[in-house]
Amino acid sequence: MVEFKAERVLTRFGELSNKGKNRKLFVKQLIANLKAQLSAYPEVKYKNHFDRIMVELNGAPEDKVIDLMRHVFGIRSISPVVLCDADMDTITQVCLHLMQKEEACTFKVMTNRKDKHLPYSSDALNRSVATAILLNTEHKVDVHKPELKIKIDVDMEKAAISTRVVEGAGGFPIGVGGKALLLLSGGIDSPVAAYHIMRRGVEVECIHFAAPPYTTIQALDKVKQLAEILTAYQAKLKLHIVPFTDIQMEIYKQAGPDYGVILMRRSMMRIAEVIAENNKCLALVTGENLGQVASQTLQSMHAIEADVDMLMLRPLLSLEKNEIIDQAKKIGTYETSILPYEDCCTIFKVSNPVTKPKLKIVRLEEAKCDLQDKEEIALANIETFVFPSIEENYL
Amino acid sequence: MHTNNPIYFDHASSTPVHPDIIKGLTELTTAHYANSESLHQAGLDIQTMMRKSREAIAVMLKVKSDDLYFTSGATESNNLLIKGIAFAYQNKGKHLITTRVEHSSVLDSFQDLESFFGFEVTYLNVDQEGRVRLEELETALRPDTTLVSIMAVNNEVGTIMPIEACAQIIRSKSQAVFHVDCVQALTKIEFNYDLVDCASFSAHKINGVKGSGLLYKKDRVLYHPLITGGQQEKGIRPGTPNAVHHILMAKTIRLAFEQATAKHAQVLEIKHYLLDAFKSMESIVVNSPLHGCSDYILNISCLKVPSQIMLNWLSSHQIYVSAMATCLNRDVRPSHVLEAMGIDGGRLNGVIRISIGYVNNLEDAKRLLEVMEEGIKKYGRI
Repeated sequence: MVEFKAERVLTRFGELSNKGKNRKLFVKQLIANLKAQLSAYPEVKYKNHFDRIMVELNGAPEDKVIDLMRHVFGIRSISPVVLCDADMDTITQVCLHLMQKEEACTFKVMTNRKDKHLPYSSDALNRSVATAILLNTEHKVDVHKPELKIKIDVDMEKAAISTRVVEGAGGFPIGVGGKALLLLSGGIDSPVAAYHIMRRGVEVECIHFAAPPYTTIQALDKVKQLAEILTAYQAKLKLHIVPFTDIQMEIYKQAGPDYGVILMRRSMMRIAEVIAENNKCLALVTGENLGQVASQTLQSMHAIEADVDMLMLRPLLSLEKNEIIDQAKKIGTYETSILPYEDCCTIFKVSNPVTKPKLKIVRLEEAKCDLQDKEEIALANIETFVFPSIEENYL
Repeated sequence: MHTNNPIYFDHASSTPVHPDIIKGLTELTTAHYANSESLHQAGLDIQTMMRKSREAIAVMLKVKSDDLYFTSGATESNNLLIKGIAFAYQNKGKHLITTRVEHSSVLDSFQDLESFFGFEVTYLNVDQEGRVRLEELETALRPDTTLVSIMAVNNEVGTIMPIEACAQIIRSKSQAVFHVDCVQALTKIEFNYDLVDCASFSAHKINGVKGSGLLYKKDRVLYHPLITGGQQEKGIRPGTPNAVHHILMAKTIRLAFEQATAKHAQVLEIKHYLLDAFKSMESIVVNSPLHGCSDYILNISCLKVPSQIMLNWLSSHQIYVSAMATCLNRDVRPSHVLEAMGIDGGRLNGVIRISIGYVNNLEDAKRLLEVMEEGIKKYGRI
C-alpha cells in the first residue's frame, strides 16, 4: 500500500490567541522558537495564518518534527496534514489509510469545500469517506461527540486532510515574558521549576553552586545533563557554575552549625542576584517547596529572601512531593535527578538545623563571617556553559 | 578488462572499516585510555561519551537507551541473551524454540542448553525459500515455552523472516520472550525493534570494527548473568568496557544508515545485474528467494563446479566470496541452511554466497561473472 505522508503540520496556538495587541509579537517569538528547536531541519518553512501557523515539512521527517514541536511552549495542539488530489476516490482512500493507523474510536467527517464548483457535494464526500471507514475498520460514527474528527479542506486542485491531533505543551512562547535566573541544584525539584517558568513564556538561565572537592565531578555532570534535557523545551540554555567551597567553609567555621543552611542560602541569593543583573534576568527562581525541608519553612524562606532586592519566584511552593515527582518524570528529568550524587546542599548537612530562624539572629550570625571577599572571588571565577553542547564529532 | 584491485563480495562475513571509524579509533584510543568506571574526570569523560553513544543509538533504533548494552560482538550477544534468558525463566519452563537456519552462535547456544542443561528445544523447519512457517511456530508454542529465537535476515541466503507476524503469534499464544538475531538486518531492512523483546547486533558487518557488538533487551525481560565480576553494563556484561569501540558504535550505525540510503540504488543495481546474469546461465541455480530477500545477499549454486573449487579459483583472481557461512568454512559439512531449505545433491555442493557492500560497483560484478564463467569452462564437469 502507498504510504501517505504528511506534508504540513498545522499548529494551533495556546493561550496567546487571546492576547490582543501582543499577539503579533507572540507569534513572531513562537516562530523563532520553532526554528531554533527544528534547526536540524532547515528545509522546514513556517507560514503564519491568523490563528495558526502552518509548518511546511518540505521532506523533513514528520514524526521527528512533531516530536520536537510537542515540547515548544505556546502551542495548544498540532495536526499532521496530508495533501492529495481532489477527486473523491483518492480522498476516500487517503482517509481510510490514515484511519487504519488509529485505534478504534468514534469519528466524524467534516468537509469544507473551498471551491463550490467541485463535482461533488460536501455531504457526498463525507458519506463516501465514512462508508469506506465503516466497512474496513472498527471505527464508529458519532456526529455529536466524536473522539476523532477527520477534517478535509478541498479546492479544485488539492485536498488537505488531517485526522490526528497531538497535544502541544501549552503556555506562552519562551522569551515573551523576559528572562529569569534559576537555581539548579541537581535534585528533583529545580528542573521542574524551570519547566513551569519556561511554560509561562519566561526564558531561563541556570546557576549552580559547586563545592569541589566535597562535591564530585559526577554531581556536576548530573547538573549539566539536566540542563541538556531542559533544552528540549528551551532551545538554548546557559548554565553558570559558581565555585562555592570557600564560602561554605567560612560559614561553617564562623557561624553556628544550626544557621549554616540559612546563611548558605542567603549567600547563594546574593551571588545569584549579581549574576541575574549582569545577564538581564528579572527574577530569581528556586524549586523550593513549602514545608519540605528545614530551609523551606515560612520563617526560613523569609530569612533567606529578606535581603534580596529582586523578585523571587517559587513555582513549586504548594505542590505535593508526589506531584513534583510525576512532573519530573513527565518532562524527562527524574531519572537523571535521582542519580546518587551529593550536591552542595547535602554535603555539609547538620543534624539539627534551625527551622524557625529569627532574622535578627541570622544577621548576627552572618556578621561573624567574612563573606564579601569570598563572594567576589566566587563571582570572578564563574564558569559558564551553553547547552545543547556542540554535537560531538565522535557520534 | 582486468584489474589488479581485489574485488570483495563477502560483506556478510565482514566489511571494510569506514575511514571515519578508523580516524575515530586512532584519536579516541590515543586520548582516552582511562577506565570508564574510574571516578576522576578522565573516567567520567569516557563514561559520558559512552552514554551519548548509547543515547544516539537508541534514537536511531527507536528504543530506550536503558535497554541497550555493549558487548564484544553478536556471537557474545546471542550467547548471553539465549542462555541468560533460558536460565532466568527455567523455573517457569524449560522449552525453547528456534529455527533450523540460525547462525551457529544461536544454534550452538540452544544445543548447549539441550545437551548440558536439560532444556528441550524445538527446531522449526523452513520452506523452500528458507522462511519459517507461521503455523509451525504456532503449534510449537507451549505453556512452558520461555524463549523463541528467530533471525531477522538469514546470513547465508538473505531470506527475510516474517518477524512481525511471529511476534504477534508469540505474544498472543504464549508468554515466551522473543529474541531476534538482527546482525544482517541492522540498517539494511526496516525493522521495528519495539516488536521484539531482545536482539543482537554486530559492528563489523556494517563497516565498523571487529570485537564490537550490541545487545538489546527490554527492561522487563529477566536475565541471569553468564559472566560475573562487576557492575559494568548493569551486570549483564561485566568486565572493563572496550570503551572506544562502544563510543564508536553510534557513529558506525549512523554512517551505515547514511550509506544504506545513499548507496541503496547502487547495491540493487549490482544485485539485479548478477541475478539476471545467473538466471540466464544454465549451470547456475539461484538459491536466494527472489522476493523477501536482503538486497545485500545473493546465494547461488554452481551445478558444475564444487563450491570450494570455485572459491579458490575466484580467490586466485583476488575475487572474494563465501562458499558457505564463513564460521563453518572449516567444517566439511554442507550448509545447514540450504539443507533445511530442501536443497540437495550437486546444488548443495556448489553453493556460493555473494554479499554486496558499499565499495562494490557494476564493474566488480562484471568481472566476477567473467571469472566465474571462465572457471566453469575450465573445471566444470560435463
